[in-house]
Amino acid sequence: MKVSKKVQELAPSGIRAFFDLVLGMPDVISLGVGEPDFVTPWHIREKAIYSLEKGYTSYTSNKGMPELRKAIAHFLEKRYGLSYDPEEEILITVGVSEALDLAFRAILDPGDKILIPEPSYVSYGPVVDLAGGKPVYLKTHVDNGFKIAPRQLAETARKGALGLLLNYPANPTGASYTKSELQELANVCVKNDLMVVSDEIYDELTYDFDHTPLATLKGMKNRVVYLNGFSKAYAMTGFRLGWACGPAAVIAAMTKIHQYTMLCASITGQMAALEALKSGFKDVVEMKREYMRRRRFMVESLNELGMTCHNPEGAFYVFPSIQSTGLSSLDFAKKLLQKQRVALVPGVAFGPSAEGFVRMSYASAYENLKEAIVRIKNFLKDT
Amino acid sequence: MDEILEILAKDARISAEEIAKLTGKRAAQVKKTIKHYEDNGTIVQYKTVINHDLAKETNSFVRALIEVSITPQKDVGFDYVAERIYSFPEVVSCYLVSGTYDLLLMVEGDNIQTVSNFVASKLSPMENVKGTTTHFMLKKYKEDGQMLKKANNRKRLNISY
Repeated sequence: MKVSKKVQELAPSGIRAFFDLVLGMPDVISLGVGEPDFVTPWHIREKAIYSLEKGYTSYTSNKGMPELRKAIAHFLEKRYGLSYDPEEEILITVGVSEALDLAFRAILDPGDKILIPEPSYVSYGPVVDLAGGKPVYLKTHVDNGFKIAPRQLAETARKGALGLLLNYPANPTGASYTKSELQELANVCVKNDLMVVSDEIYDELTYDFDHTPLATLKGMKNRVVYLNGFSKAYAMTGFRLGWACGPAAVIAAMTKIHQYTMLCASITGQMAALEALKSGFKDVVEMKREYMRRRRFMVESLNELGMTCHNPEGAFYVFPSIQSTGLSSLDFAKKLLQKQRVALVPGVAFGPSAEGFVRMSYASAYENLKEAIVRIKNFLKDT
Repeated sequence: MDEILEILAKDARISAEEIAKLTGKRAAQVKKTIKHYEDNGTIVQYKTVINHDLAKETNSFVRALIEVSITPQKDVGFDYVAERIYSFPEVVSCYLVSGTYDLLLMVEGDNIQTVSNFVASKLSPMENVKGTTTHFMLKKYKEDGQMLKKANNRKRLNISY
């Protein structure tokens, strides 16, 4: 059967074969996972079960349950002083992944350019591409903590771009931005009239300073589509639940696409999410403390092994350099897997600037991390 | 709670060096803090949570929860009576609680007979004990925050973005 040219031209993930290799290998210690190792807190799971028992198995409103939208509005107001109208400015989506797709389909006309800091999460470029836009990558460097510089953003924006896709704390580098760093970027956005799709799914996992949503900064609320969800903070990846907040016109446009393509997010997930917002914050704080400890352990252990590792400011990834081994990131990952059965994601999966680095997730039990470090040490000795 | 205590409460076997790495403190400092907690009695003991159902013990034993109503003593209140009761080695835990009774004990013995004898001959006859209610334990599901049933291994994909 025919496949569209657009999809045929979409660059396939270069490391699909490596993923298959990992998935086919038994007894692997995995640092390759992009989701929390915690199971969803019991009170949230119990609420989901209860909603099923009560027979909540129908569609919901396209935008998502009104109670959930209200709860999100209330939460954002309380947490960040960020106010959105639950009727007009909030949309419940099937994870941030769907929200990204909707946002770009809603704002892009053919050929519109979207600036994407790189290394970047794997779906960003393709999602922009599929929506008819043109991804333009902004290379970042370890010396700057993998952050984009305001001047770099300004120079690229001046060449013509519709918007910026910002993700902080970032997957895979863990890079994030302080309020003053964000303000500088925001000034550039205002000056160059850039829209911003801001993926802040890791916001609660910010370790060295308080997270600031981009939309809270002066002049930004009307140009930001703010994306977040329940996957990382509440360990609810499998529920597939996210949200988008933004100017009413953009949210209406996104809702239009969402109602035709998705109809609504699962009601069970929405019920669980409502419970998470009502009384899940204690779990978030506890998980964050545990992640912080693991981050310290990983950064220190890797640096001791000579794998230079900057201190990631958020998310649950460390992004050490493997340049001392002389191997490409893919070769490093393959050999480490074959010789020591430790899985991680080669940097090159996240863009050319990430070559020479690997992503290790510390969303794994401390015992596993310890064992992984021992194995990596053995591996480096033999390499 | 001090982060060092929080970590030790979950894993008593973790080394000071490891705690140092997890908390960003120096190992010598961690050792000193632990020693301080041991000396002043904050850290009472390092123990292991055992699932006795699986331990294949040759001599079986039983446990009972016992509610005890007592008359507090002038000047010394409940503490004096409690001490007389918890000093028996059969009493493995003892709590002063609010509600319809005063002390909640966990008592251990080789069999139902020995526990019954303890209640009948040691506990009930004490002059300040007004009454007791004994509940023999049938099964233990969770202890000190730890589920005793080994959790099924949850399947996450070994690699994802």
